[in-house]
Amino acid sequence: MTVPIHLRHDETFVLNLGPQHPATHGVLRVKLTMDGEYIVKAEPVLGYIHRMHEKMAECGTFAQFMPNTARMDYLHALAFNHGWALVVEKAAGIEVPERAEYIRVITVELNRIASHLLWWAAFLLDLGGFTPLLYAFDDREKIIDLLERVTGSRLTYCYMRFGGVYNDIDEEFITGTRDFIKRLRGRMPRLYHDLVTHNIILIKRIKDIGIISAEQCRRYGATGPVARGSGINYDIRKNEPYSVYPEFDFDVPVFDEGDSMARYMVRMHEMEQSMRIIEQALDKLPDGPVMGKSPKVLKPEAGYYYSAVETARGSLGHRLVCDGGKNPYKLKLRSPTFSNLSLYGEVAEGMLLADALAFMGSLDLVIPEIDR
Amino acid sequence: METSIWRALFYLVGIMAFAGLNAAYLGWCERKGAARIQRRIGPCEAGYAGLWQPLADGLKLLSKQLLVPQGVDGIIFRVAPVLAMIPAITSMVVIPFSDNIGARAMELSVLLLFALASIGMIAILLGGWASGNKYAIISAARSVSQNLAYEIPMLITVITVVMISGSMNLREIALDQQGGFWHWNIFRLENGHFLTMWISFIIFFICSVAETNRAPFDMAEAESELVAGFMTEYGSMGFGLFMMGEYLNIVVGACLTATLFLGGWDCPFGLTPGVWWFLIKIYILIFTFIWIRWTYPRTQIYRLLNLSWKILIPFSLVNLLITAALIKVF
Repeated sequence: MTVPIHLRHDETFVLNLGPQHPATHGVLRVKLTMDGEYIVKAEPVLGYIHRMHEKMAECGTFAQFMPNTARMDYLHALAFNHGWALVVEKAAGIEVPERAEYIRVITVELNRIASHLLWWAAFLLDLGGFTPLLYAFDDREKIIDLLERVTGSRLTYCYMRFGGVYNDIDEEFITGTRDFIKRLRGRMPRLYHDLVTHNIILIKRIKDIGIISAEQCRRYGATGPVARGSGINYDIRKNEPYSVYPEFDFDVPVFDEGDSMARYMVRMHEMEQSMRIIEQALDKLPDGPVMGKSPKVLKPEAGYYYSAVETARGSLGHRLVCDGGKNPYKLKLRSPTFSNLSLYGEVAEGMLLADALAFMGSLDLVIPEIDR
Repeated sequence: METSIWRALFYLVGIMAFAGLNAAYLGWCERKGAARIQRRIGPCEAGYAGLWQPLADGLKLLSKQLLVPQGVDGIIFRVAPVLAMIPAITSMVVIPFSDNIGARAMELSVLLLFALASIGMIAILLGGWASGNKYAIISAARSVSQNLAYEIPMLITVITVVMISGSMNLREIALDQQGGFWHWNIFRLENGHFLTMWISFIIFFICSVAETNRAPFDMAEAESELVAGFMTEYGSMGFGLFMMGEYLNIVVGACLTATLFLGGWDCPFGLTPGVWWFLIKIYILIFTFIWIRWTYPRTQIYRLLNLSWKILIPFSLVNLLITAALIKVF
């Protein structure tokens, strides 16, 4: 709710929200100029977890950068793996076998569900509901176990390879995934929607709060659920298809309201769509190798390469410059959360502190990905 | 009532023991209850089912230094947690636990309880103010506006009970409801009071949740917004006293609800009234507090105030008028 009040710019105080604050999920610092509980000005301050990942890419070989990608967006690490693999494959002209493409899609979508579940949990925690966190973690745990089985790690995956994936999936993973989808579909209406989505307190807290217009989204380059919650039908998986996404039948949920509730609903629907994609992929899963032919030492031709993937938070672009050597000459990432966060200052102005934090939660920020 | 020194001593020890036990073990109950709601186990290491956990926590808090940050008002900073605890214990003096257990059955005991409850709010205000922390000050300001807003409908609904019972003595009010649940104020079959009293009960219960700063109305210590609210700068036993004060306020709130609306120590079926019925009632109410806290997300401060000023106060006023009319008619 936007409260029509006259903000006083002369009698304000500065409230440092973060870098260590329970609601900023990491080391984001927001310098808030406050008039009582109203925010006059909000300035996000970045850089507390900057690790120079892009520079690190230049210092190592192409393959050496793969583990780094998972350390940026640790919640949807496989999409970052995928993005890096895609751009290098594009540069070096490496073919990926059909089965590997399917496995990539299955694991990335599973990871997307895990990421949305964690967002949901953390968002409810921001709103003061602790119990949903543990319900969501219960479900997320199943995904993590499944992914651990094929990738070998639980959070920061290094699963994709140039030309395929590291490990084939087995029968147990397939039945486990099907069981998980059945389980989540069974729990979704009761635990997630009846208990939380339809809760009057939650609806009053997030409906009409933090309204982002489509124009603002375009101006700041916001993507992902933030843009789709503002009525922009843009999903890289549909608009600039990569991998084997064109072969699946899925919808892109779009809501026009632009408030926190719309972003909430987009993510809830996306989980369902991801489950649809996984089911189709498991049904169609072809046989064959999971690794294609790829040279021992990668030396892509000199030139500029760009590819984009859709992560749980929006579109992730890799711009890779090669000079013909075995290291990348330059890598620039276009990470989704950085653009999504840029909106924050403009939209949070005039909000109450509690609403501003609910709004921040609805943006689904992952700070290490902003700072890189 | 005879006033021997032994009686005074007995109640002093008894009330302190009851308060101490509740303050310690409601924390354990809350953790266990929350764990069950969240499909976890909860404390289980220290003793059977983690029963020594409150003792271990208490010892840990006692052994830590009470850190007074630089530049704060030291005296007020140290006094505030004590001030949060004392009124809650003092309130128990006037609570009638059963027909023959109750330290003091004074006239105006309802008024005394509300006066003491307001001191608890002052403790939060002082604690938040003395900390010199911006989050703590915001929390203190929220807490004051919240308590002001919710004491009004609470008092108005209490007036309906007082009008029906014709007394402000908690013991008299409880005695008035003896003889089965249809005599309790919440159901009250005679004189058409069943029309309004359940509304009074609901308003009173909502207000007591808000008064004790419990979720979904825990604006004062909204941990995701204000870190820990007025307790941000408190460690060791300063924090411990605030926590104990919070639990004791819940106990007092439950005792008050049970006495005013649920017949005090009366048995629902008219059998063996006694202190056990009173305890059963208050612990059911306390469990409801815990249940609500772990089910709902937190509301917003302006929604909270709107609920009070725009819904609860008008409703309780109308409720008061109808009750008065009913008393006049019958």
